[in-house]
Amino acid sequence: MPVAERQALLSLRDLHKVFDTQEALSGVSLDVYEGEFLTLLGPSGCGKTTTLRIIAGLEMPSRGVVLLNGEDITSLPPEKRQVNTVFQNYALFPHMNVEKNIAYGLRMRGASRQEMKEATEKMLQLVQLEGYGKRQPSQLSGGQRQRVAIARSLVLSPRILLLDEPLGALDLQLRRQMQQELKRMQQSLGITFIYITHDQEEALGMSDRIALMRDGRFVQVGSPEALYEKPETAFAASFIGETNLLHGRAAAVRDDGVLMDVGGITLPADSDLWISLGDPLCLSIRAERLYMSAAPVKEPCQVSGILTESRYAGGERVCVIRLPDGQVLKSRHPTEGEVPCVVGDKVCLWWHQASAVIVRDDLEAAS
Amino acid sequence: MKRPVHRREAMAIPMAVYAALFVGVSLMYIIGLSFLTRGEGFTASPPVSPHNYERIASPIYLRSLLLSLRLAGLTALFCLLIGYPFAYFMAKARPKARTWILLLVIVPFWTNALIRIYGWKILFSASGPINQAILALGLVERPLKLLYTDFAVLVGMVYAMIPFMVLPVYSAAERLDWSVVEAARDLGANPIKAFFTVVVPMTMPGILAGLVLTFIPSIGLFFLSDLLGGSNTMLWGNMVHNELLKSRDLPFAAALSVVLLALTGLVILLYRKRGGSAETMVF
Amino acid sequence: MKKNSPWAGVYMALVLVLLYLPILVVVLFSFNSNPGRTANFQFEGFSMQWYENLFDPITGYGQALMNSLSIAFWSVLLSAVIGTLGAIGLARRPVRKSVLGKAGAAALSLGEQLAVLPIMIPEIILGIAFMALFTALKMSFGMVTLVLSHITFCVPYIFITVKGRLATLDPGLEEAARDLGASPLRALTTVTLPLALPAVISGCLLAFAMSMDDFVISFFVNGPTTTTLPLKVYSSVKVGVPPHVNALCTVMLVAVFFLVGMGQLLQARAERRRLKSVKADS
Repeated sequence: MPVAERQALLSLRDLHKVFDTQEALSGVSLDVYEGEFLTLLGPSGCGKTTTLRIIAGLEMPSRGVVLLNGEDITSLPPEKRQVNTVFQNYALFPHMNVEKNIAYGLRMRGASRQEMKEATEKMLQLVQLEGYGKRQPSQLSGGQRQRVAIARSLVLSPRILLLDEPLGALDLQLRRQMQQELKRMQQSLGITFIYITHDQEEALGMSDRIALMRDGRFVQVGSPEALYEKPETAFAASFIGETNLLHGRAAAVRDDGVLMDVGGITLPADSDLWISLGDPLCLSIRAERLYMSAAPVKEPCQVSGILTESRYAGGERVCVIRLPDGQVLKSRHPTEGEVPCVVGDKVCLWWHQASAVIVRDDLEAAS
Repeated sequence: MKRPVHRREAMAIPMAVYAALFVGVSLMYIIGLSFLTRGEGFTASPPVSPHNYERIASPIYLRSLLLSLRLAGLTALFCLLIGYPFAYFMAKARPKARTWILLLVIVPFWTNALIRIYGWKILFSASGPINQAILALGLVERPLKLLYTDFAVLVGMVYAMIPFMVLPVYSAAERLDWSVVEAARDLGANPIKAFFTVVVPMTMPGILAGLVLTFIPSIGLFFLSDLLGGSNTMLWGNMVHNELLKSRDLPFAAALSVVLLALTGLVILLYRKRGGSAETMVF
Repeated sequence: MKKNSPWAGVYMALVLVLLYLPILVVVLFSFNSNPGRTANFQFEGFSMQWYENLFDPITGYGQALMNSLSIAFWSVLLSAVIGTLGAIGLARRPVRKSVLGKAGAAALSLGEQLAVLPIMIPEIILGIAFMALFTALKMSFGMVTLVLSHITFCVPYIFITVKGRLATLDPGLEEAARDLGASPLRALTTVTLPLALPAVISGCLLAFAMSMDDFVISFFVNGPTTTTLPLKVYSSVKVGVPPHVNALCTVMLVAVFFLVGMGQLLQARAERRRLKSVKADS
């Protein structure tokens, strides 16, 4: 079902947020759909937490509108929104046991004792913490606290669950396990999740869509595949996965792409961008999409250079190749059936034209 | 959550009003009084002039001021010399022992200061336990005069003030990251050098708070010098006390207090400059 | 590295002995049969006579104790309300935009400075200032003037303790409460206040001790019928050697040790119960 045909559950319209003199958000617009797992991804300080807090009602935007189901909720206080948050450090109430923590929201709604008891039981079951109801938060492990925090929010059946780096404090193994569990929960409950992380791997593995943020703006919003395969900017390409950015100029512009001049070598490339002759270009090629051979091959997309580094890393080998014009490429190759090249050799790197993409160079401007 | 916190500020209004009324207004009032002249009975009247301050600038009062400052300084110094090691060792003790030692330090706080000072009066008296002990040992032939001396006042002051040094230093030392001390040792500092280059600077907030907390009250504790120093020790606090209740000269007593207030202000200003705050003064 | 040498223990024991020496002397002398009317501090024999008529109306100690207790009670009660509200109001300052406006916020900051001033300046200054102020206002000295002045120095202890606790509280907790449907007031009463309660209590205990112990300020603002315990002790000690004082002090010491001991015991029991429940669960 194409995403655009559905009615948006949540719409952010041109949100701005200024703290003192610093602009944390500068024009954020986004539609989120029913049942979606959307991830806000970006480096720290990019404005993802501010965006989340505005959705939760914990922060007021300086400008812009938040719509839930088409209704303007911009100035609605947090307690009146059908949106709940799992906080980064869980924010469990230390003076209440697990049961009371989970029942807190229902108590605020004036639910009966019986209702609270039943709902709490159900939630403990959902997060696999049966029998832990009487424990204090201080007696729980990090992973267990995490589950309580999720149960405490889900018990209110929110329209949207906001999760602010919920796995940030957990160790790697637990993190992997919780990722799967969260995804399972989201799918079985059908609740919309808006998830914050700065871990691109987590974002790629869990999300239906990723909204990549930087400096208070969305850089690119799309499916994990789209972000990985067709990054629009150099930042997007390098933040998600590992990439090489090859700099050159447009030598010729054709209907199906461009010819790019990189230090005297001409390389064909696909592009949807509007390019004029002589424009500076930036080509993104993933490290694992590069092939290496000792001698030149019959491929249109190839460069040759000196192998300056070759490092064994288990299933793959990481190589660094210096081109004649000084640019450096990093490549990864399966260790099975390796090409016998040693450091100092002249080697040839080649790739399929479709696996490289011309991106807008937004890195230079920033630095 | 930004908006509710804003509204919450209003909850502090009663406290601000109370403080403005009883602290602000009353202090302003005695500053005003200090420029007036003693009137009939217990009143003050114009003309407005700095004559009270001119009177303070005389040798008797300046001597008393110097004496008070010297005693307060000595009190703070001895409190530091005795209290710092105590607090430091306490912070290094095992948690269980720590709780008990802390309790033992705090409990005397809960008993009346006057009664504790009175205990010293018994100890120091000519027929008291100390004199009996040294007489029995044959160290002296006649009882020593201990009571009503500067020494007795100093002992009493240090005794009364030492918890105010121990507690802030302890709370600073307790928060100390001991791995930093280990790092200093690892980098070649011997225990003493590590102590002076790492532990002391890191517990400086506690030391400063302790010095202020022991120095300032020492200037005004007139009952202590009354009980242990008799009429021999005329400290600033005693001057104020006498002017008010014996001479019944309210404007002059006010002027004496204003001088004390100014001194205190100066100390607090210095303390603030070194980064101290009122918060570190309550534990 | 974090270990004391045996000498440290000896040193601490020595300081503690000095700390308790005068107190022990007082306890010992409370059993002295020597009437001590002259300045004679010799211990002559065991006697309980000073305890027997300690609270005899003639001595006035009973009345003084009651006065002190009721002054401390009212001062701490009122200070707890004023100080806790103040701490809640000023805990997360400075805020970006104040409801009171710029001038209001500045006035509030000044008020905060003034509120904590009493614990930083010598008590004698406040004593004289209050005496002068109450005289000017033509108030009669007594219970009211005592309570009003005690509040002034009780508030900072409660205010600073509670504010310190609130500052260490995770602001996320109240946000979480709001997020889960609590109004600002309910978030305050169900989350922030219960968490600040231990600090409120310990601030109150500290303030209570200070009020019971205050001599200097009470000295200047008391009335003819409101002699407090410290005032009574002072006048007794001043005129001669009051054997009753020793007995009174001993009674108070026992009471304090009893209270502190009970507190420790209760705390230890709660801890044990907690540990037990953990063990039972796993």
